[in-house]
Formats: sequence, structure tokens, C-alpha cells
Amino acid sequence: MDFFVDYILEPGVKIGVIVLVLPLLVGYLVLMERKLIAFMQVRLGPMRVGPHGLLQPIADALKLMLKEDIVPRGADRLIFIMAPVVALVPAFIVLSVIPFGPSITVPVPDGFQWPLQFVEREVPLFITDLNIGVLFILAVSSIGVLGIILAGWASNSKYPLLGALRSAAQMVSYEVALGFSIIGVLLLAGSLSLVDIVNAQSGDGHWFVLYQPIAFIIFWICGVAETNRAPFDLPEAESELVAGFHTEYSGFRWSLFFLAEYAAMIVVASLMVTLFFGGWLAPFGLRLLPESLAGIEGAFWFSAKLLFFIYSYIWFRASWPRYRYDQLMHVGWKVLLPIAIANVVATAVLVLLLEG
Amino acid sequence: MNDVLPGYVPIFMFVVLAFAFPVVTLLVARLIRPSTGGVAKLTAYECGVDPVGDARERYAIRYYLVAILFVIFDVEVIFLFPWAVIYDQLLLFGLIEMCVFLGILIVGYVWIIKKGAIEWA
Repeated sequence: MDFFVDYILEPGVKIGVIVLVLPLLVGYLVLMERKLIAFMQVRLGPMRVGPHGLLQPIADALKLMLKEDIVPRGADRLIFIMAPVVALVPAFIVLSVIPFGPSITVPVPDGFQWPLQFVEREVPLFITDLNIGVLFILAVSSIGVLGIILAGWASNSKYPLLGALRSAAQMVSYEVALGFSIIGVLLLAGSLSLVDIVNAQSGDGHWFVLYQPIAFIIFWICGVAETNRAPFDLPEAESELVAGFHTEYSGFRWSLFFLAEYAAMIVVASLMVTLFFGGWLAPFGLRLLPESLAGIEGAFWFSAKLLFFIYSYIWFRASWPRYRYDQLMHVGWKVLLPIAIANVVATAVLVLLLEG
Repeated sequence: MNDVLPGYVPIFMFVVLAFAFPVVTLLVARLIRPSTGGVAKLTAYECGVDPVGDARERYAIRYYLVAILFVIFDVEVIFLFPWAVIYDQLLLFGLIEMCVFLGILIVGYVWIIKKGAIEWA
């Protein structure tokens, strides 16, 4: 019974919440992006649907549901249909190890007798805490590349194929530097579990960004490149490749790619918060709410930091032009990678001098 | 039962639910969307003209090179992960070991750069 409640019922509820809330969240993220970019360009953005366009995401979702779904004649039908799912599922399941906050206590019914008896139950604000959390995220999120490659290949059309090749080469190139930049944090934290990494940063402002600023900047750049966002959005460069790997997709099948991309943005931003900015920990050990509500406060700080990094994605997009492909490869392999390796060695030497 | 394995149960549940999401939404969309078809709609998009030849033609060998390089470097990173986690126990020994390991890697890296494997211009 305990096993059922701890490992099936409780995570089941949380997973259900994530699967239902995430698409809605992504919808509003898109609205936020459109609005912010509009403001930065002195426009108003969506204004028609609902007050200040607040219902726009709902209208968009409905529209996408009602759009025709086209599989091109020359396409590899089975792979064409599978590809968005392959891209979406990994983007979803990496959320299972991200700690959104510490534990909250909620009253839950004790058994099934009537009238219901409520007991206090401590519910951690993450689905599961694996001891290989970081490795799990890296491993699973790289499956997403396969979805993009499959989509480009199955479409049997020139733009998607070129987009997919570019996308795959870009994502794998930046993943190497990304991996090296995480190692600096691991040297300090001594654990791969994301919950342990957050706890290692507790205390008055001992966030890892203070010890690993170079690793953080590399991670930030690589994170933007990994999610194919501007200024690294070459795979979807509208002016040359139409829409990149999802040119031939339409209707709700297309929106699955969109969901995957935005879910990946949320994951990378959460990773930045968790690895470098103390996850749910408040800055300078601030405490706004009483001890009993620490869980809610933690979730608040996590969301605030997350929102900042998501804002930064949009800010980048509005500010910078797109990289050229040779520049992209140059930065990834010849600039970021050597700096990241040097950072690992320097961190290791410093840890040795301070601890040994 | 040990403490580690049950932590993976929720992940398998998440995989199932994550698969269910696209399947359910696509089925719902199938019920409510129109489907008129037509030859022009089913041709591959090539800016309005009829597609010229097959899309699966030759492409730059560099993409293949990048993929191979990725495999090498990513494996190196994975080797560094467990090293980083127990570094506070290995200390000097671990540092020397890793410098040897990274030294070999860097020699290879410099060779790759000299060979121009990552030149796209």
C-alpha cells in the first residue's frame, strides 16, 4: 500500500498535472513572446482575442486542432507520423527529475472510509529524485535530435532535409560544450542528483554561479543553441529554409514540434536555475513566508528565476541577428569547447588547493 | 527492494502518459478537422514550383564528420561525469589521471582543428 501511494499514486497525480498544464503554459509562453517582441518593436501584439489578447493561446490551439493534416505524397508515412512524437516525449519526461521546490504539506484523505479522514502529508515538488539526475536529462534530451532528423528525412522535401541536417549538427556540437560546462558544477556539488545540487548551494548566497561564472555563460549560450532559438535558429531560418525541418508539417502534428521546442526551453531554463542559481533557494537567505509555507515560497523563487531566463530567450531573439553557419561551428568547437575544458581543469585545481 | 529502483517507476509512468498526449490530441483533431486532400496539397513544398528531382540527394560530408566528432567528445564528457562526482575523494590522484586523459583528448582535438574538420567557410 505504501509503495502504491509513494511511487504510483502521488507521482501519477503530479505527472497528470504536468501533462495537462505544460501545453497551456507553452501557449501562454508563446503569447508572452509575441507580446514582448511586439513591445520591443513598438507594436501592440495580439489584441483581438480577449482583453489584451489573453485568450489568444486558446484560439490558436483550437485553430490548430481544426486545421487539415497533410502527409506529403513522397513522404515516408510511418516515420513522418512518428517523428513529432519522438521529438515531444523526451522533452516531456526530462521534467520528471527537475525539482520545482522543496516539500509542501497538504491534507490528503487517509484511506477510502467515509466520512473522509484527512492527514497531513509531505509532498515533494518534484516527481522523482534520481541519483543520476543530470545524466538522465542529458541522455533523454538528446533523443529529441532523432525526432528532428527523422522529420527532415521522412518529409522527402529539400528544405526539411537541409533544416534537419543543420539542426542535428548544431545540437550535437553544442551538447559537447554544454556537458563540459556542467562538470564544473558537479565538481563542487559532488552529486548528480538535482535535489542534492540545490541543497549544496544552500547558505547565504552560495549559488554556484558565483564560483562557476564561466561555466554558466557557456551553459547559457549552449542552452540557447540546443533549443534552436535565435540567434542560433539556423535550422528554422525563415529567410532561407522556409521553416526548416517542419516545413511539410501542418495542423496539430506541427504544433507537437512547437510544444517540444518550448518544453525544451523550459527544461534548459530550469536547469540553469537548478545548477547555477540555487533552484528553489531564496537569494541572500530571504524568508518572506512562515516556515510552514516554505514549499510555496521555494516554488515562487524557482518560478521567478525561471521566468527571468525565459525572458532572456525572448530578449535575445528581439536583439540579435542570426549567426552564419560557419560562425556557429567556429564558436561551438573552437571557442566554447576549449574554454569549457580549461574551466574544468581550473576548477579541479582550485578544489584540490582548497580541500587538499 | 533497494531505494534506487522505485524512483524509476514514475519515469515509466511519465513515458506512458507523454506518449498518450500526442496520441489523444491527434485522435481528437482527426475527429473534428476537415480532410479535403488534393494533388497540389500533397506535393512537397518548393516555393510554389513543382519539385525538381528527389530531395534525398548528396549532402555535405561535413555533417557526417561533425556527428563522428560528437560521438568521440560526448563519450569523453560521460567519462568525466563520475570522475567529477567522486573528485573530493580522488583529489591529487584524480587530477593527474584526468590531466593525462584530457591531454590525449586535446592532442586529438588540435589535430582535428589542424586538419580543418570544422572549417565550413
